[in-house]
Amino acid sequence: MPLESSQREVGPLRYAAAFSSALMRPDLETPSLVIGPNAKSGTKRYNIYRNNVTVSLIDALAAVFPAVQRITGVEFFRAMARFYVRETPPRSPLLFEYGHDFPRFVERYEYASQMPWLADVARIEGAWLDAYHAADADSLSVDDLADAPSERLADLRFPPHPATRIIRSRFAAVTIFAANRTGSPFGEINAAEPENALITRPKYDVVVRRLPPGGAAFLLALLAGRPLGAAVASALDVAPSFDIAASIAGMIEAGAFVSARIGGPP
Amino acid sequence: MRQDFAAHVESEAPALRFPAYPVAGLAGASFKPEHLPSILADRERRRFFEVHAENYMGAGGPPHRSLEIIRREYPVSLHGVCMSIGGPGALDKAHLEQFRRLVERYEPALVSEHLAWSTHETVCFNDLLPLPYNAATLGRVCAHIDEVQQAIRRPILLENPSTYLVFRDSTVSETDFIRAIAKRTGCGLLLDVNNVFVSATNHGFSAMDYLSDFPLSHVGEIHLAGHAEQSDDEGEPLLIDSHDAPVADGVWELYEFVLSRVGAIPTLIEWDSNLPVWPILKAEAAAAQAVLDRRARGQSDAA
Repeated sequence: MPLESSQREVGPLRYAAAFSSALMRPDLETPSLVIGPNAKSGTKRYNIYRNNVTVSLIDALAAVFPAVQRITGVEFFRAMARFYVRETPPRSPLLFEYGHDFPRFVERYEYASQMPWLADVARIEGAWLDAYHAADADSLSVDDLADAPSERLADLRFPPHPATRIIRSRFAAVTIFAANRTGSPFGEINAAEPENALITRPKYDVVVRRLPPGGAAFLLALLAGRPLGAAVASALDVAPSFDIAASIAGMIEAGAFVSARIGGPP
Repeated sequence: MRQDFAAHVESEAPALRFPAYPVAGLAGASFKPEHLPSILADRERRRFFEVHAENYMGAGGPPHRSLEIIRREYPVSLHGVCMSIGGPGALDKAHLEQFRRLVERYEPALVSEHLAWSTHETVCFNDLLPLPYNAATLGRVCAHIDEVQQAIRRPILLENPSTYLVFRDSTVSETDFIRAIAKRTGCGLLLDVNNVFVSATNHGFSAMDYLSDFPLSHVGEIHLAGHAEQSDDEGEPLLIDSHDAPVADGVWELYEFVLSRVGAIPTLIEWDSNLPVWPILKAEAAAAQAVLDRRARGQSDAA
């Protein structure tokens, strides 16, 4: 499609290619097809568009990643975001879809290498926004589970709620996220403590929970469509202390799934 | 995920139907979710709200819930900002389909888009970028508007831009270009009076001349907004269409002139950044409503 459209954009229809060529490139001169009125200079006038594009996208990232910005400080964040925007402009007209790969950029941003947990905090904030915009659906209730025959419990599978996300971190990303997202004061954090996050939105409020040992393995197995018995086994593999009853109660309370069914993959 | 949601709605719940509130003669305000509790608390009935379509193109969640609550109580204007109607490339079919679904779902009183472009090839610049005005661009813009209007099965209102530059290969004036679009496509026009004020200052033309030459009979909505001031390379004032401040006095004066020519057209106060508390935005809308009501009374007195 781009090839076809650019072939048709000859002569007077070349304007978008010419105008946009320097929008993200401050090192290039003002495109020659535009000018100020009455032969005035177009330089500062063109820079308004340059500024609008870059600043609006940095602002968009700041709105999606407020905890990251609170950790780094505004100046650091905006410098980092500017590099990202220039390297990775949006490919979707929907601003809330912008920044999906920002955490990966943060991970390899050399000035942030002293904060190895920063990318995982960004991943939680990205998952928060995805959950916020995800489709609406009812959540699995305790009654749904009570209806299942007890001898078939291990065969139960749970179709996931559209908002449910799991983020695993080698750092205390959930605690750091929570401390910086709200702006409330917090005590000392041991950043080296690995933490996994469950992000859900059962009704209209997105909730981020820190999962207990084995919780991520358990939920990831269920989210992949594996039955309850296999999911419990996966959790016990990584965490012998895994608490089955508390984890089932927790996933119902969090609204991570929509229903329970016996049989084939959801 | 989105398809699943659509199927869920169709199979288990009847499609939402909203009251057909009239929008004639009303002032409105940009709808911002943070204002929702204050809006519901003050229970003013004579008002409409405008939303940017793109903010409601997610599958579900709080944005749709807020808009459903607003739409049950008030007429809504759906204002697209990223269709890139003024671009040379083909429209994004998936985006157009999302737009069509919003029109179908929320039954807006007004539907509008911009005479501008924001996407080139696959990159979205998140800004309303300008285009030259000549025969080739006229043909492309009209084809895009035809495509949008066929998809949503109703005419759109096209908004005049605010600009900072001119193109060397423009051959007709903006007003002639817009007049030709309205004539060819049957679309209506959204007259942004602040954009006229901003462009007139930036390009050194008379805003009154522009408005006198504007095809006012096609106008179905008016926008008012605040702007910011900078300076150009020659040190002369350059106005930025920033939507972050109260409407300027000069814009209110132009607005009174426009209403004296077109009557009480629905008028929106746009405020998109540096957002004030609801009472301040509401007061701006009330000021526009007062001008509209005075104009409506003047018309009935004359009749």
